[in-house]
Amino acid sequence: MSPSETPARPRPSSRIRVNGVEYVIALDPDRSLLLVLREELGLTGTKYGCGEGECGACKVLIDGVAIRACKTPIGETVGRSVTTIEGFAQGDRLHPVQQAFVDTDAFQCGFCIPGMIVAAASLLRQSPHPTEEEVRAALDGNICRCGGYLRILEAVHRASESGEGSS
Amino acid sequence: MSGSSPHVPFDLQSPAERAYFERFGDGLVVVLAAQPPGPSGWGPGGPPHGGAWIHVGADGRVRAFTGKVEVGQGTRTALSLLVAEELRVPLSSVDLTMGDTDLSPWDMGTFGSRSMPDAGAHLRTTAAAARGFLLELGANRLGVPSEAVELSDGQVRALGEQEVRAVAYSDLLGGLRRREMVPAPTRPIPPSEWIRAGHPAMNMGGREIVTGARQYASDLHLPGMMYGKILFPPAPGAKLRGVDVSRARALAGAIVLQEGDWVAVAAATLPIAHAALKALRADWEIPSLPSEAGIVEYLRQHPAEGEDFWDVIHHEVGDVPAALAAAPVSLAGMYTAAYIAHVPMETHAVLAEWQEERLTVWMGTQTPFRARDALAGALGVPPSSVRVVVPPTGSGFGGKHAAELAVGAARLAKAAGHPVRIAFSREEEFTQAYLRPMAVIDVRSGAEKDGTLTAWQFTTLNAGSAAARIPYRVANQKIENQPSESPLPQGSYRALGATANNFARESHMDELAVRVGADPVEYRLRHLADERLADVLRAVAVRAGWVSRKESGTRRSGPGTGIAVGLEKGGRVATFAEVRVSEDRRLEVVRVVTGFECGAIVHPTNLRSQVEGGTVMALGGALFEAIHFENGRIVNPRLSQYRVPRFRDVPPIEVLLLDRPDLPSQGGGEAPLIAVAPAIANAIYDATGQRLRSLPLAPEGTVP
Repeated sequence: MSPSETPARPRPSSRIRVNGVEYVIALDPDRSLLLVLREELGLTGTKYGCGEGECGACKVLIDGVAIRACKTPIGETVGRSVTTIEGFAQGDRLHPVQQAFVDTDAFQCGFCIPGMIVAAASLLRQSPHPTEEEVRAALDGNICRCGGYLRILEAVHRASESGEGSS
Repeated sequence: MSGSSPHVPFDLQSPAERAYFERFGDGLVVVLAAQPPGPSGWGPGGPPHGGAWIHVGADGRVRAFTGKVEVGQGTRTALSLLVAEELRVPLSSVDLTMGDTDLSPWDMGTFGSRSMPDAGAHLRTTAAAARGFLLELGANRLGVPSEAVELSDGQVRALGEQEVRAVAYSDLLGGLRRREMVPAPTRPIPPSEWIRAGHPAMNMGGREIVTGARQYASDLHLPGMMYGKILFPPAPGAKLRGVDVSRARALAGAIVLQEGDWVAVAAATLPIAHAALKALRADWEIPSLPSEAGIVEYLRQHPAEGEDFWDVIHHEVGDVPAALAAAPVSLAGMYTAAYIAHVPMETHAVLAEWQEERLTVWMGTQTPFRARDALAGALGVPPSSVRVVVPPTGSGFGGKHAAELAVGAARLAKAAGHPVRIAFSREEEFTQAYLRPMAVIDVRSGAEKDGTLTAWQFTTLNAGSAAARIPYRVANQKIENQPSESPLPQGSYRALGATANNFARESHMDELAVRVGADPVEYRLRHLADERLADVLRAVAVRAGWVSRKESGTRRSGPGTGIAVGLEKGGRVATFAEVRVSEDRRLEVVRVVTGFECGAIVHPTNLRSQVEGGTVMALGGALFEAIHFENGRIVNPRLSQYRVPRFRDVPPIEVLLLDRPDLPSQGGGEAPLIAVAPAIANAIYDATGQRLRSLPLAPEGTVP
């Protein structure tokens, strides 16, 4: 969005940190973090699924903890560190949770997968070797309409077994 | 993104006119003309469709083209495996273009489980023909007869020589521009000799999915792009009396477009587009519409003409009234299935761009060629001026057949002079797409005292004809379907009416088995006319550890077990379910076993995914999914109000795949769903003695 295309009322700007990069953005309390990520910063790996925090497709990490970007006003992210799915891999090296999803073939249409990986990474950071019940509980806010839940459970288990899930 | 597309779509040119080599460089092109629909496709009629073309390039790539699309069910990898198999190249050497109307063969659409039997067969035959030409070219180059060469790893090799002599396809094809039609006969490699297809393989594109790099239609962005929103009626059939657009127009950066009853806005940002839509002051005349209560009677009283997949059947054998009257055992029951929604994770999304007089639309759709024609018709341009490209799509399940959103985006883009993207909100996805039809099914049956089925009368209202026919032997049968005028928009859905029709038939068969004191597995096997389906049922019964119920036919405490079968779209399925019903009526599905057979398995890793995922999706419709409506308005159009299966709902699912390399490959995306609901209903009966005849079975988590 270029400045000339925004409504002509003055708005304060602010700085947010996403995937280690600092961005200057207009601070408008009506805008969600999801909108800013997708439509202003071009980080489209984070998805819109429902807009009411029910599906988990928009999950990102804030200071390492998974949150729903669609329900997070942009103002709440000021001074904090946001990690989107685009920030998980180190160059060509996938994050262990990403690698586990690839190795397990744990996707069909793939649309829910970024949110699933974010939720799983957040869980493994807090609990490196969760039980299956803990994984189910932690990911219950993420919907996969293709029904790939069992493969996803297997992928999270694989990531936790790799012992690198918390990295 | 659009770049050097040809100005005339390939499917509108003769094979000789198409600029294959200008686009893709030197090589060999093999073309298969459109083919009549397959035997389990669209009945005896239907236009020839599909076909395929393959360009084997001097650059070492194999480019294959199909009109089918990938909506997330893994067909891209499965179809690519078939091409890689015939040409003996690694999967990574195959570039499959799907659903690009400028480049792909014309195709009816991706529905009805036709990707494997149609596109799969067409690509396989075309690749087999290319293989023949490569063998001939290679033999000439190596100076040996064509029987003395084979294809291996992208090379033609001389056989039976001490020193290995081989020539790479890229070396054979440099400087060559050869164009061939598939000759008859062309014989693909039999599945029993497959070395790539039929073996475990990872789906392509995993890396771009897990890194968030995959661009779905809703992710696409063009310079100057604007965001569109359409003013939708608050209820089906509502008429616009008038609209005040002045406040919307006054918003900076917004435009408003009105063409008769159709009003839409576009703006430079999404928040302004939302604000502009909200600022429209519309006055609607809302007709009196039915509510959920009384819907069964409404559908009975409002018959409609059959059309499309509401293909009407009147199948009658023998004398059903006489057989019913004479039967010592008779049963009657009414079964219903609620309207349910597809809920694709990616809502409908479209990006439209005009370049001079040519329109390109990127959209998640299952019917790109139908969309091209709809766009051309609505916009008054020839089909050759429209290109529809289908990017990776966040699932469809039968719900992405319509083109209205694309037409809206194209109109806005024309008026704005900018590309326009429109995506449904989740609420619009519920209210403005369409639903799986509500079904009402009446079954009457008659049997001898020993249980032998003698009469079967099956009338299915509004569900469609899928799986309405009976796979059991019965001398007198009358099977009819009757479409209704639906108060809610309805349309295609994964497995369509097969879920409801199968629920009715398989529940009723269970009731009959109980009535005559037969074991439900044995009773089905006694009547099954299809040996392949019987094999699947036997395999599932063994895996599930089925214990025969010869004595009482039922037991009234502890966990309950149930079983059901189905035959649809060429696939054979049997599902076993085990449930627990607690003292406070809470229902828990504790185990599911699904067995599936669909001929020669092309991509076993993915087929297992499809069966597992289809079983999970079917659990939703079986247990709790239902659209609620009052006065024609959907009252639960949100994910917080419409429950879909989540992690906590998924029991252990065991999948048994029966491979039949001797039989043609059929689709696996639909049939695995259709035996889940009756297996659970039968298990609930086994656990409680209570027969539930309406889907969903436990909308609030409890059985009534």
